[in-house]
Amino acid sequence: MTSENLKSQISNPQSPICNPQSPIYNPQSPIYNPQFFRRRSVQERLWRFLCYALLCGLAVVFAAPFYWSVTASISGLEGVYASPPRLWPEELHFENYRKAMTILPFHLFVFNSFYVCVFCLIGQVFSASLVAYAFARLRWYGRDAWFVVLLSTMMLPAQVTMIPHYEIFRYLGWIDTLKPLIVPSFFGGGAFFIFLMRQFFKTIPVELEEAARLDGCSSFRIFWDIMLPLSTPAVATIAVMSFIGHWQEFMAPLIYLNSFEKYTIAIGLRMFQSIYGSFPHYMLAASNIALIPVLILFFVAQKYFVQGIVLTGIKG
Amino acid sequence: MRSQPERYRFRENLQGYLFASPWLLGFFVFLVGPMIFSVVLSLYRWDGITSFTGNANFVGIDNFHKAFAEDRFFRIALYNTFYYALISVPLGICTSLLLANLLNAKLRGIALFRTIFYLPNVLAGVATIMMWSWLFNPEFGGFNFVLKATGVIPAGDFLISHVPGLKAWFDASGITWPPLWFADEFWAKPAMIIMSLWGAGGSMLIYLAGLQNIPEHLYEVAEIDGAGRIRQFFAITLPMLTPTIFFNLIMSIIGSFQVFSQSYLMTNGGPNNSTLFYVLYLFRKAFQHFEMGYASALAWVLFAIIMFFTLIVLRSSRLWVYYEGEKP
Repeated sequence: MTSENLKSQISNPQSPICNPQSPIYNPQSPIYNPQFFRRRSVQERLWRFLCYALLCGLAVVFAAPFYWSVTASISGLEGVYASPPRLWPEELHFENYRKAMTILPFHLFVFNSFYVCVFCLIGQVFSASLVAYAFARLRWYGRDAWFVVLLSTMMLPAQVTMIPHYEIFRYLGWIDTLKPLIVPSFFGGGAFFIFLMRQFFKTIPVELEEAARLDGCSSFRIFWDIMLPLSTPAVATIAVMSFIGHWQEFMAPLIYLNSFEKYTIAIGLRMFQSIYGSFPHYMLAASNIALIPVLILFFVAQKYFVQGIVLTGIKG
Repeated sequence: MRSQPERYRFRENLQGYLFASPWLLGFFVFLVGPMIFSVVLSLYRWDGITSFTGNANFVGIDNFHKAFAEDRFFRIALYNTFYYALISVPLGICTSLLLANLLNAKLRGIALFRTIFYLPNVLAGVATIMMWSWLFNPEFGGFNFVLKATGVIPAGDFLISHVPGLKAWFDASGITWPPLWFADEFWAKPAMIIMSLWGAGGSMLIYLAGLQNIPEHLYEVAEIDGAGRIRQFFAITLPMLTPTIFFNLIMSIIGSFQVFSQSYLMTNGGPNNSTLFYVLYLFRKAFQHFEMGYASALAWVLFAIIMFFTLIVLRSSRLWVYYEGEKP
């Protein structure tokens, strides 16, 4: 804590704040009063208590929707439609989850989503890191100009290219297949991921690469055997972001998929809503099932995920 | 004849372009090509199904003219989207700043709180939209239940019955109390904004990174000079955080103009078009009414709007963004 730090400095006669010659010596400051730290500690404790109270209150607010959706999903029909609503269901109906899985071919939706997500993940991770390596380490004509172009593509809203994409895929006969959802991932994986990987590659010492090059290593082998293994945190970050992003993707499947055996989970849930919308307990059970893979992935990779964003996210 | 280093440079160039080729290819196939096509399309009237060469009619800037001069729904969608963006962006920034500052305190168990605040942002999608649409159910959902239990709704009831003229005003304007949320023209947009605040964890994380980059000694010096917590926040934290705020502001402006799935899934634009957002309208025009030319024009208008706001923020950044190392 800052005040701990101060306390140790004020008791140290060598410290600049005790030296009248020092520019930060300020006899008017209350810290020279021996009462200061004692009084401060009460304030400090009050402040900490306030912080905790506010944090707990906000945590309850943020977690309450989940609580509500879980309890509603294990209520019976009359429990869901109770007025005033109940905080805890009178009888537990765990079979809601089994029913939600069976009244629509939910396993198909889950399978399709996994199929799309896994291929997109592979495509995005490999193409984004390959391109990022070119931007981070290789020297080629026009690289920096292309990098500016890459960054500026982030500003273009997806709606501008949405209609031409639809026409391209219609021309190729890919409507009502999963291909339009998967194939674009293999072309660089998006500016954001390339940027993230480039920033990470930049932090790896160049000496490693130079040594390998002296030993006759090709650029691809340097990339494959040195850069990628050293970038596990960044790779994990974009892998998790890619998977979650495609799992939650709504607009593209909505546009491209027509027959329900091709539906991904997001569109499956919408179909569920339009058929069983008046059975909120089934609806919420289905929604919660759709969240489980995301939850698992988040908690498994949380360390990398949060760090990856915090460390590489926005540094220029 | 080429000299040795030149040939070497040629190889290096070739390698660079080869490594970057997936993106370069994608850039032309999925971005430049479609952009050109989209510009062309915005000048035509075309249903998107029949062949373009035979059935598209060139109409010039008619699509743009139609949007601004004739289309009532365009104006409604624009209004709704502005309403949503102008309120949800500042509120979202305040919420995530508050959360990040609380999380930056060195307290025990902070990692758990961070997870709780961040999780809604990760999980946001169709499933959580379904969840919220049930939460906002005025009679059986949790939201009004909590408002009633915490005294917000009774307080409102008290005000309405005791402040002279307020009841008449509520009756005349048709605004419901207790709020009917998605069943009420007035409350539907605030409900969407509340939902968006729930996802503030994403920008919170970026603020947290910004906060951790502020050197500790600034606070120490401020404390020696006797500055309190509040003063420290406004004199150190906020100015040092302006680059992060700037980044988040641009990102959230771009995001808020593209709001779509909430209104598509929960209200489908209703009641009485009060949640007809811009992208929802664009989607309808393209994939339900099959007016591909008009929808392309709408997409470019959206692009212009987003660009306009981004440029305003960019231009104004000189006035309020503080970069360390630059002279103020």
